[in-house]
Amino acid sequence: MGYENVTKSLTKVIEMKNITKKFGDFVANDSVNLDVFKGKVHALLGENGAGKSTLMNILYGLYSPTSGEILINGKKVDITNPNIAIEHGIGMVHQHFMLIKPFTVAQNIILGQEPTSKMSVLNMKKALKDVKEISERYGLYVDPNAKIEDISVGMQQRVEILKALYRGAEILILDEPTAVLTPQEIVELIQIIKNLTKEGKSIILISHKLKEITDAADFCLIIRRGKHIDTVVVSETDEEGLASKMVGREVSFSVAKDDKEAGDEIFSIKDLVVKDNRDIIAVDKLNLSLKKGEILGLAGIDGNGQTELLEAITGLRKVESGEIKINGENITNKTPFQVISKKISHIPEDRQKRGLVLDFDISENAILENYYKNPFAKRGVLQYNNIKIYAKELIDKFDVRPREESKMARTLSGGNQQKVIIAREVSNDPDLLIAAQPTRGLDVGAIEFVHKALIEQRDNDKAVFLISFELDEIMNVSDRIAVIYEGKIVGIMDAKDAEVEKLGLMMAGGGNE
Amino acid sequence: MIETILSNIALIIGTTLMYSTPLIYTSLGGVLSENSGVINIGLEGMMVIGAFAGAAIGYFVGDPWIAFIGAGIAGGLFGLLHAFACVTFGANQVVSGIAINFLGAGIALFLSRMFFEGATMTKSIPLDNKMPRPLNGVFPDGSLLNIIFDNQYATVYLALLMVLIIWFFMYKTKYGLRLRSVGEHPTAADTLGINVMRIRYLSVIMSGVFAGFGGAAMSLAIVSNFRPTLVSGHGFIALAAMIFGKWKPQGALLACLLFGGAQGLAVFLGQFDFEISTQLISMLPYVITIVVLIGFVGKSAAPSADGIPYEKEHKY
Repeated sequence: MGYENVTKSLTKVIEMKNITKKFGDFVANDSVNLDVFKGKVHALLGENGAGKSTLMNILYGLYSPTSGEILINGKKVDITNPNIAIEHGIGMVHQHFMLIKPFTVAQNIILGQEPTSKMSVLNMKKALKDVKEISERYGLYVDPNAKIEDISVGMQQRVEILKALYRGAEILILDEPTAVLTPQEIVELIQIIKNLTKEGKSIILISHKLKEITDAADFCLIIRRGKHIDTVVVSETDEEGLASKMVGREVSFSVAKDDKEAGDEIFSIKDLVVKDNRDIIAVDKLNLSLKKGEILGLAGIDGNGQTELLEAITGLRKVESGEIKINGENITNKTPFQVISKKISHIPEDRQKRGLVLDFDISENAILENYYKNPFAKRGVLQYNNIKIYAKELIDKFDVRPREESKMARTLSGGNQQKVIIAREVSNDPDLLIAAQPTRGLDVGAIEFVHKALIEQRDNDKAVFLISFELDEIMNVSDRIAVIYEGKIVGIMDAKDAEVEKLGLMMAGGGNE
Repeated sequence: MIETILSNIALIIGTTLMYSTPLIYTSLGGVLSENSGVINIGLEGMMVIGAFAGAAIGYFVGDPWIAFIGAGIAGGLFGLLHAFACVTFGANQVVSGIAINFLGAGIALFLSRMFFEGATMTKSIPLDNKMPRPLNGVFPDGSLLNIIFDNQYATVYLALLMVLIIWFFMYKTKYGLRLRSVGEHPTAADTLGINVMRIRYLSVIMSGVFAGFGGAAMSLAIVSNFRPTLVSGHGFIALAAMIFGKWKPQGALLACLLFGGAQGLAVFLGQFDFEISTQLISMLPYVITIVVLIGFVGKSAAPSADGIPYEKEHKY
């Protein structure tokens, strides 16, 4: 039927016309148009850095557009700060939750529009009543007296949505809402979205995940590098169609991977116990082993001991008891330096914090683990000529952009930062490569690259340990899948036999042990 | 025998209250500033300028309350300076605080020489123009209550009242909720339309006002003039008390009583003929401060955004 025909009879609540936003010379949005309709879900699809968040930050009054205009219910408005957006019934659920952790759910919801009795004294009774009322009305159940730091990520997201509804939002912007959710929570979220639209709310769904767009959205605006590409009716297209519009070329979703027979066991963990920062047991008598030439994927919801497990293996955290062995050698409670020398490489979870020194350039980051070795250092003096030659080699081989070894790591895009880390780690020729969330926040192109690099390691008869919260990634890349729940492995299976529902259930603690 | 013990205890309680008072004001100042997300190690300097302003105004005007308020204003001006550097310009808060400590001491000395014929000390305020002692002579002579309360200045009771007020403000009013939200997650507060800059400005200024009160509680009550050695680290002890009190007013109060108690004990022990030099005994409060900070304080209690300048168009 086409977008024009389908939307003819619908009421426009928001019109963003020819929005352009420049940061210096960089054009983040280049005359983008967006219409949002009452009671409908409008998706905003684009790769990372395509300008989705910029556009929404303009609508929410966090940025002001360089040119273009915004109409709400047919009237032109100037949204110069979030207060004005809130007044016009726009609410935003940010990708990184804007919640105050030591505060309770109710306190977070009322913050900024607190019910008070005389002299600005908080009226918490009314606050609790109000929160309960809206949470029941939209089926968003939360405990208003719980502290944010004690509730799950899915719950926190509900609080964010309630925050917007409490402010009378008619239009809700959801920025990458599923990035942090488990499969079950995603199903629940989609149900919540449906409830909201039934109540007449309009939703803007920002995403680079195609599946949730086809599941939840009515219409979809696609932007690429800040440019308006197309607006489509979701029911008239499919994931492939959306993807090629988003990337600008045909993309394949399946990860190309040949079957491969795994070799001898090379790495093993026995009865490992590790405590977290609060001195609570996070890894609880965990057993695991890896063979040469296989990728073992560790599936699990964030906070079930993955971080502690990784840190224990890589020597960053003390092991309470148990044993970690590589090539038959015990590396329990060795320093990171010793662990690296035993041919274990690590692509860390947080690439900006642990993967790179952001204020070092690419060449310096490339030798962080080998700086003291010949030819990078001679008699304790760094040999910058050799370092640069080496860095150039890596940049060519791993296609890092820009191709300048003197660029600061900070200035690179997420995908290129990750390439620098992978280049460094893979070049150490490790027997075991640990990849923690290696594609977090990366776009389709960069994800393909990372997955290829991992599979290449496997094909070279190395062991790869992949930790990820993205179930699709685990299922596509791994040969075997282990599921972690509350610090224990609750199931191991062949990737060929894995099903999303079963894995999701095990991740949530409902697995059959 | 029992009577002497009891009256000694009463004496220690009395001196504890007396010495805790300046610390209480100042650490309340710290509570306000740091809960809004601005580290204030300039409390010492703000306290010094408050002590000077209190003593000088008290000497020239003769009214202790005008002097006390003047001290608050003087401290508040230094708070404004700190806010200007840290909030508007996003300067390093520790460096700005250190600068304020030097500036406070320097300006106090400079003004003292200017107004008091080149002397580094201000002239003494006559007893009648010092802070009043509300419970002076109320209780019978020699009674325990008399020992405790007879010589306590009004600043003592006001300090305790202030703890209550600040506690109520921070945890029971909407502005307190907003103040704490700004110190925990300024971006979140901003997206809810809360003016982060304004709240931080007001908090840091009020922090200076309270530190100024703290200084005046020394120069208008405990002693009756200002001298360069008067404050000597009490601002830092108050800062330590705030940290030990986990950034909460009620916690800061208890910590201040502990530090004040150490000081009271030092004074009490000083009257006996021990084989210990008095210098060692007067080290007591400082030693306790160090021990407490080393042993008992975790970083976890600090507001998450404490010490981090907030930039608006940065990145969401």
